Amino acid sequence: MEGLQTVGSALLTLGLVAVAVALSLYERLDLEKEIGVAVVRSFVQLAAIGYVIDFIFGLESMGAVALLLAGMVLFAAWTSARRAGDVPRAFGVVALAVGVAVAATLGLLLALGVVPATARYLIPLGGMVIGNSMNAASLTLTRIRDDVQEQRPKVEAALALGAPSRQAASPIIKTALQRALIPLIDATKTTGIIFLPGAMVGMIIAGADPLEAVRLQIVVLYMLLGSVSIAAILVGTLSYHSFFTPSHQIRKGVSAE
Amino acid sequence: MYRPKIEVRGLRYEAGGTEILAGVEALVPAEEVTAVVGPSGAGKSTLLRAINRLIEPSSGEVYLDGEPTGSLDPLELRRRVGMVFQIPALFGSSVEEAVLYGARLAGRSADPVRLLEVVGLDPSMSGCAPETLSVGQQQRVSIARALALEPEALLLDEPTSALDEAARRKVEDLVRDLNARLGLTMVFVSHDLSQVERVADRVVLLADGKRVGEWEREDFFSTAGERARRLIAGKP
Repeated sequence: MEGLQTVGSALLTLGLVAVAVALSLYERLDLEKEIGVAVVRSFVQLAAIGYVIDFIFGLESMGAVALLLAGMVLFAAWTSARRAGDVPRAFGVVALAVGVAVAATLGLLLALGVVPATARYLIPLGGMVIGNSMNAASLTLTRIRDDVQEQRPKVEAALALGAPSRQAASPIIKTALQRALIPLIDATKTTGIIFLPGAMVGMIIAGADPLEAVRLQIVVLYMLLGSVSIAAILVGTLSYHSFFTPSHQIRKGVSAE
Repeated sequence: MYRPKIEVRGLRYEAGGTEILAGVEALVPAEEVTAVVGPSGAGKSTLLRAINRLIEPSSGEVYLDGEPTGSLDPLELRRRVGMVFQIPALFGSSVEEAVLYGARLAGRSADPVRLLEVVGLDPSMSGCAPETLSVGQQQRVSIARALALEPEALLLDEPTSALDEAARRKVEDLVRDLNARLGLTMVFVSHDLSQVERVADRVVLLADGKRVGEWEREDFFSTAGERARRLIAGKP
């Protein structure tokens, strides 16, 4: 590692950001502040995670890797819960769903010997799993919330006929899961034709053998498909506690009243 | 004196900082049709939902045959006290499936042909997709599916508000007919006093989450009818 000196040339790409800011000012989009915040935040966060990963590589300790991944899961749950605003227990639901997704997929990759048990593999792969699972979890959660509000007459009609809340909510949860998973399934289908995934692009630019890059990309794709499905399905199964009371009633916070 | 099928005592419910039910009292005699009337926002629909525990009252109690409903399993309670809503939300790909939805969940059998006949629909409809029926017919299917659970009482939340005049009259006749033939206890929410005159044996008037009074139908129209009309029209 040469530290951040090598970042200097990367900073030249800020010229492109200047174009975006100029455009925003010219067209009065009022986005220059948002762009500024995004640029500074991404720089600081990436630099920080670079140092953290470098530090953990040095430790060569699986405990440190697990701790870092756990921290990332909690941050993901916090971000997602904030986005899902008024959903009760959103933090716990997302933390559990993303945590299980990352543990299950990385555990399987390790158990099958697909990737070696080193920080160099586990941290970036874990980061991808957590980020994607978090997005799917947020999408599923907010979609269920909106649908329970919108389709309240249907849900109430089912409950009034003696349907348990899980049964009354099942059509809503099914649609929410489809909505959350279809983008990834579609992206997986078109990979290699319409877009080249980031991890593969990065490896090829960094000088890796294209076939080795492809091998890892396949691992990444299947891992993401698995983990995102696990996270979304867990959110779907757990979240009905957020929307219904144990007496099979729609919770007050969720109702439109 | 009548035997109350349902008894509401000091029922309170608040949501979003507003008190929707402010200590409601009401009696629903067995085998009669009790209308709940009042201006919009009086808490009529909320009262119905508290009776079958679709919402949890903050205090007070509802008794079914003298038994506090808070101690019953909510799913079992809802099978004993059915509910029909403003909008009939039917489940399943055929009328027959829609009628049997609740009964199947409860693991009970029911005869869809007989149920469709009871609500005045042609049993040959049972294979049709529910959305091909008129709204009035759909509403009668939703009554049939509530009856499939053989409820002891039926709550109707403005069941005719989405219907045209002809369909409205048919549902009103059905309510009278079910009461006469099956002796079914019913609670009928309405803001239409002429409808109440046609359907109800008894009237509970609500305003601002409180009971204004309870009358036999004739007494209601002779003593409180004008006051109720002004309340519902929003003129003090």
